[in-house]
Amino acid sequence: MNLHEYQARDILRRHGIPVPPGDVASTPAEAKAIAERMGGTVVIKAQVHAGGRGKAGGVKLAKTAAEAEAHARAILGMTIKGLTVQKVLVAPAADIVSESYVGIIVDRASQRPVLMVSAAGGIDIEEVAAKTPEKIHRLAVDPRYGLLQHQALMLGFKLYSEVNQARAAADIMQKLYTAVYAVGASLAEINPLVTTPDGKVQALDAKIAVDDNELDRRPDIAALRDPTADAPAEVAAREAGLTFIKLEGTVGCCVNGAGLAMATMDLVKYYGGDPANFLDIGGSSNPQKVVAALRIITGDPHVKAILFNIFGGITRGDDVANGIVQATQQFPLKVPIVIRLTGTNEREGIDILQKAGFAALGDMDEAVKQAVAKAKGAA
Amino acid sequence: MSIFIDKSTRLVVQGITGRDGSFHAKQMISYGTKVVAGVTPGKGGQVFEGVVPVFNTVADAVRETKANAAVIYVPPPFAASAIFEAADSGIGLIVCITEGIPVLDMTRVLPFVAERGARLIGPNCPGLISPGKSKVGIIPGNICKAGKIGVVSRSGTLTYEIIHQLTTQGFGQSTCVGIGGDPLIGTNFIHCLSAFQADAETDAIVMIGEIGGTDEQQAAEFVRNGVTKPVIGFIAGQTAPPGRRMGHAGAIISGASGTAAEKMAALERAGISVMKRPADVVPLLKERL
Repeated sequence: MNLHEYQARDILRRHGIPVPPGDVASTPAEAKAIAERMGGTVVIKAQVHAGGRGKAGGVKLAKTAAEAEAHARAILGMTIKGLTVQKVLVAPAADIVSESYVGIIVDRASQRPVLMVSAAGGIDIEEVAAKTPEKIHRLAVDPRYGLLQHQALMLGFKLYSEVNQARAAADIMQKLYTAVYAVGASLAEINPLVTTPDGKVQALDAKIAVDDNELDRRPDIAALRDPTADAPAEVAAREAGLTFIKLEGTVGCCVNGAGLAMATMDLVKYYGGDPANFLDIGGSSNPQKVVAALRIITGDPHVKAILFNIFGGITRGDDVANGIVQATQQFPLKVPIVIRLTGTNEREGIDILQKAGFAALGDMDEAVKQAVAKAKGAA
Repeated sequence: MSIFIDKSTRLVVQGITGRDGSFHAKQMISYGTKVVAGVTPGKGGQVFEGVVPVFNTVADAVRETKANAAVIYVPPPFAASAIFEAADSGIGLIVCITEGIPVLDMTRVLPFVAERGARLIGPNCPGLISPGKSKVGIIPGNICKAGKIGVVSRSGTLTYEIIHQLTTQGFGQSTCVGIGGDPLIGTNFIHCLSAFQADAETDAIVMIGEIGGTDEQQAAEFVRNGVTKPVIGFIAGQTAPPGRRMGHAGAIISGASGTAAEKMAALERAGISVMKRPADVVPLLKERL
């Protein structure tokens, strides 16, 4: 789960990291009020879960409160990478001497949290990493001891030669590391970490992504979820315990297991079709999940054919078949459906489907070919 | 032969009285796995299905039954603790089926398991099976057949699809290992490739990867330098969208985006025959054997 910048800044602040002031607004009037309170030049920043906000016109400077209101009016409601801006952060425009990068991510290769810092921070940090990797300094932290003071200070000196600034940066790194474990983050990033003309070190912008598996034991963090940040169908899928990602094609896919779901989409493409979605009904065996899945797939007007690919393991064929039959009783299908069903309880499942007038196939390639042909025939 | 499990495997099931644990314990017993003990705190002294003694702790189970492998079906909030317990009790092979363990928990589990000298498979995996000998986990036994192909996969049901293709076209398996789809896992592709290479009864290896991370690229490098047996590969997610990515750290750490195209190219460069679809597995095997 991604947090917004203003939420990440709050978490940093609570962990004692210096963050410049700023407040969040949902309306132009609120933005104006915050700008008046802050005084001076402010920056208006779109709060969406996407990078490249500045390049998309979602970050603007305002010299007056009236200008802040006008910019907020333009930015609120704007679409950035398919996401509608619902909130803006209003913060004083900082006077910046230098921009650094500090990030912590759980690294698959070393299997540890890795701290990465660079004195060349800012929006082009990925280019810096690609072209001049020597400017990125990394440290894999032993989670048994945490980020030790001398390790943080060593990295602090990679950013600043002045000892007080190096110490300040080291302190921020240790606090950021603590915050990662405290909120269950899979990624936490300060970019840029800035120095001001009076020599202070501050976190200007922050990004935190929380591991979804942490949310059950951290209700306070789970409450930060912004339901408007995801497409409505994806929210409905999450509530039904499904994983769903909308795509642009015409073959609606319903599969058990993420790997098989991806392989099914790939096979749709292989046979000349285009998948309308990724949908994994998961490893459980509940007919209601299948009903919810079909409701989501049929809600997409671009879907011209529906493809089920079920290889039963924990998932039972009879449960899936019952779900398909129940769904089609509740809302008749307007497009053709092709069902591939094999594995656990396949005989029972096929019997249930045949009694309700559906055919079931045993071969994945054959099912995909038929679904692609039907999607094209209906187009 | 086979890798990691065989007829000498003596299994303790952690969470044996739970819904999933009891169902799959019965499945494993009927497949022929030597299930010697179960563990559920507070239910020590009970006997599961009239044959398997249940203990309060893994340490008790090991002392009384000489269990040498553990499989974990406990819910996510308790699963990390179950792995710690198994490793602390001297279990040599720990298979964690549970899905949904926080990654930060795994950062603490993995060094502990390594220090105790144990092998962890998973978490969030279907387990493994050496057909005709032993099954630990949830891979359906009826789709497998004893033979000489080693299978290693990050996926669950996609693994079943590939095994199904192999079995129905006459290619049995030495061992099939589902290593799990989580970012932090115990046993990786390289560990399995190395074990299959050393296994006299494995003639060829099928590896099934996915988008994300760089494990497949590292495995390809390992194959190029140290695997002489034929390897057939598949990468799921060729049509997956890039997704909305937040932050830069992911790109900085790996220097790669983990796309299917990158991974397929890395596999091919290492001399691995790459399937375009699951149905290609047997034709490619026939070319290489």
